Amino acid sequence: MQTTARTLRYQPLDLARWVIWGSTALLMAALPVFFTQGFAITLMSQMGVAIIFTLSYNMLLGQSGMLSFGHAVYSGLGAYFAVHTLNLASKGQLWMPVPLLPLVGGLAGAVFGVLFGYVTTKRAGTTFAMITLGIGELVFSCSLMFPDFFGGEGGVTTNRVFGKPFLGITFGPAVQVYYLIAFWCLVSMALMYAWSHTPLGRMANAVRDNPERAEFVGYDTQKVRWYTLIISSFFAGIAGALGVINFEIVTAENVSAVRSGGVLLAAFIGGVGFFFGPIIGACVFVYFVVALSDHTKAWLLYLGMFFMLMVMFAPGGIASLIMMQVQLIARKRFGRIWRQYLAAGASGLLVLAAVILTVEMTYKVSVDSSGGTLMKLFGVEFDAAAAGPWAVAIGLWIVGGWLFNAARKRVAHTYGEIQAEFLQGRP
Amino acid sequence: MTSALHLEAVRKSFGNTEIIRGVDLEIPKGERHAIIGPNGAGKSTLFNLISGRFPMTSGSIRLNGEETGGLKPFEINRKGLSRSFQITNIFHNLSVFENVRCAVLWSLGYKYSFWHRLDGLRDARLRAEEVIESIGLAHLGKRPAGLLTYAEQRALEIGITIAGGAEVILLDEPTAGMSRSETANVVELIRRVTAGRTLVMVEHDMGVVFGLADRISVLVYGEVIATGTPEAIRANPAVQEAYLGGLHKDAGPESAEDAHA
Repeated sequence: MQTTARTLRYQPLDLARWVIWGSTALLMAALPVFFTQGFAITLMSQMGVAIIFTLSYNMLLGQSGMLSFGHAVYSGLGAYFAVHTLNLASKGQLWMPVPLLPLVGGLAGAVFGVLFGYVTTKRAGTTFAMITLGIGELVFSCSLMFPDFFGGEGGVTTNRVFGKPFLGITFGPAVQVYYLIAFWCLVSMALMYAWSHTPLGRMANAVRDNPERAEFVGYDTQKVRWYTLIISSFFAGIAGALGVINFEIVTAENVSAVRSGGVLLAAFIGGVGFFFGPIIGACVFVYFVVALSDHTKAWLLYLGMFFMLMVMFAPGGIASLIMMQVQLIARKRFGRIWRQYLAAGASGLLVLAAVILTVEMTYKVSVDSSGGTLMKLFGVEFDAAAAGPWAVAIGLWIVGGWLFNAARKRVAHTYGEIQAEFLQGRP
Repeated sequence: MTSALHLEAVRKSFGNTEIIRGVDLEIPKGERHAIIGPNGAGKSTLFNLISGRFPMTSGSIRLNGEETGGLKPFEINRKGLSRSFQITNIFHNLSVFENVRCAVLWSLGYKYSFWHRLDGLRDARLRAEEVIESIGLAHLGKRPAGLLTYAEQRALEIGITIAGGAEVILLDEPTAGMSRSETANVVELIRRVTAGRTLVMVEHDMGVVFGLADRISVLVYGEVIATGTPEAIRANPAVQEAYLGGLHKDAGPESAEDAHA
């Protein structure tokens, strides 16, 4: 009995938590010192925005079991209200300092969360998903019907730099915008984490697991879903407004199904079962969209393949893969498996090379051959129409595939052995 | 004194089929009442009507004198009625402790709060620990509920049901699918955690029913054909004919296994 009292005791000062949040803050503050190029700063800014958006999405998906296909509605409408507010402020018709603009987006998001959420959260499961899809289409079609507010095809543009600089801060340079986004990202992460440890947050988990049981312990499941969606929309709106400050433009794409689908992809890739999953997912997703699209036209194909592989082989996302290793390390089994990981990783790289070579050569030959079929990949120049490179690709497929399959089996075998030991209760 | 639960002419039809055909039942406060009857008699349906899972077609159900017909499950729960389920109904991904804590939050007034820190709520923690202790799962507090054994899940089911402090407890086949020793434990558990409360239970195990209940109602084809003390029910010829039959002679804790048939 005493053991219970100890394991369940509430610890007012959780050192690990302070260390994690402190180092996160430090990392975010230090990143621009190491990555000084303009491109890196933009990339990191977009990651910050995406982290807030994806975490807000996971309040619905991972925490409350609500699969939404229309979450961009809240970030997008938040962005539109923010951009109009910013334009009024820059004309001097309204007092609104740029650092507080995310609150405008957040409030707008929350208000639409109250309105649309009341309808969507009436039902859970598939019905909820369908209604969110409908609301998403509704808002997107509105964006074409009301060009005054939504800016039509060209969207609404703005200028984040106005008024006198405050302590030398104008938000002109990208790095200043980065720090603004980093600040809001940290605050939003902390608040959303805190939310997951409140009565409403826990009951959202309960409603996810078993809505009927939640009703029989006194909770109106519709209210739990609705209130959760409102809070989630608030953070989505914050992300939307930060996007406005970053890009200085909002278009109908911001409320589109593409955006809603993107956040779903990001959350899944990262892993919806852990709080930090969507953070990783957002960074990976932005990397694919922003950085990879600079290198290859086939980036969307790679993103799709990556998503499929994750859903099929690691449905818990990157976060679950990490937590599996944490368990192995914590229980001193990692030493037995890391060599096999290394083998699987090396042979996996061969398969990856085969994939990239095949995809890029196919693109070159079928889509991009107007300027000839000469191309450069991995620092080697070759003719995509010649037989040689294709033979190399086939060779890579065969050798890599065979090696990887063997390595994968050994990893699975060892991992299974270790799990069996855990089940037998060995330390 | 008003009854804890008072059913008058309760009827329920699904389409053209009438499952509950005019049930009258009065259960005084503090009584341990068992509802028995053959499969398909409508016992679980009756529970679903009382707890608000289904709306009744006609009639009246009063909880402590207050009409609850037409209310939603969570509204009835807030008025002091809590139930368990025949098929285990727990929060599978949450730990045992979290399961029980979820069940106490509303009754402690935290409602939909997103401004309280859950781990800072001393009263919720103490109450949850107390309940986990009483259902004998204290050593499993951190384990995800989905990983418990069947018997442990059944105990947790009862824990969730009683945690909110409801005055009236409905247990739907609490010993279904259990071995004899497990059944004996659950009977002991039920006796302990429902002390001082009103208990209504549906149960197939005659040993449990006759050992635990103050009074028994026999439900056959949607009608209560008899209500009375265990002795009266045992002696009632109509009951013997309709239900107990061959079971009567060996009704007792030993017959636990047979009674499931």
